[in-house]
Amino acid sequence: MKFLKIIAWLALVALIVIQFFPITLNESDAVPQSDFMVENQVPATIKNQLQVSCYDCHSNNTDYPWYSKIQPAAWYLEDHIQAGKDELNFNEWDTYSSRRKNSKLRSIIKQIESGEMPMDSYTLIHRDAILSDEDKRMIIDYITALKDSLE
Amino acid sequence: MKTVKRTIGIMALAATMVLTVSCKDGNKNESTAPMSSEMHQESMDDKKDMAMNDNQDAKAEAILKDYFNLKDALVGDDNGKAKELGNTLAQSLKSFDASNYSDNEKSELNDIIEDATEHAEHISESDIKHQREHFKILSKDVTDMVAITGTQVKLYEQYCPMYDGGTAWLSKEENVLNPYYGSSMLRCGKVQREIN
Repeated sequence: MKFLKIIAWLALVALIVIQFFPITLNESDAVPQSDFMVENQVPATIKNQLQVSCYDCHSNNTDYPWYSKIQPAAWYLEDHIQAGKDELNFNEWDTYSSRRKNSKLRSIIKQIESGEMPMDSYTLIHRDAILSDEDKRMIIDYITALKDSLE
Repeated sequence: MKTVKRTIGIMALAATMVLTVSCKDGNKNESTAPMSSEMHQESMDDKKDMAMNDNQDAKAEAILKDYFNLKDALVGDDNGKAKELGNTLAQSLKSFDASNYSDNEKSELNDIIEDATEHAEHISESDIKHQREHFKILSKDVTDMVAITGTQVKLYEQYCPMYDGGTAWLSKEENVLNPYYGSSMLRCGKVQREIN
């Protein structure tokens, strides 16, 4: 029993200590000229849907949830956002070559089609980020047209 | 009773600390400019030296060799082996250095290599369905690379009209073995072009 108590105390102390490790917040006020929305004439509904469902992890500006203030959740988010931006950063769209734009657009279509994106762990809390079948069809049609125009 | 009091005390302390830290976090929104992760060191001096050129050709041949090994793994429906070989290919791609080519070719090659590396890396960590999706674009990248670098090997560009609206790949053999379907439709496809 005493042993369990020690473990519980150690866990509590560890939990307190890790609160002191800050993360670098992914926040930026300015939308750069290279942004996907600036570069392309995106219809308002699709624009809004992409902002809500994708931009938290695929741009330089995250709308953080309350639990991002608490470790270890903050680390988890930081990792996800970094990985998301490495794959695709909508803010840096115009810095991609047309070859890479094509690759990215193709992946967007595939992943929305298969439901891999937005991720389940994200939509679990961000219920408004869930794409309905109608949303999916609209986005996929738009992205497909954009991809064809690049080829 | 004493323990309970102590526990509550510690909890309160913890809460205070959490709040303090989170306030500090709130003020910390500088330095979020995109880190220079996309920066490349491609500014090696243009050494017009034959040894370097041979070396470059060797690198391109190494990429091709890794690509064919990967293709064979996909033909054999071998997900694990394809992962391994995707990683090998990614390493070969990264060690490619286009500095001996003309400016136009250089930027085209760097672009191809960057895209291909990303696909090879994905192949190294995906299931076989995804591996094949990435292999499609990777094949286009490698074909475009060969158009610039050339190769000693005779290549066959093969084409399967059924996979994803029509898809090509490269092979060293004329005989068609389909990497997109493997055993489920091994013979789907035809030679659409010979290179060399």
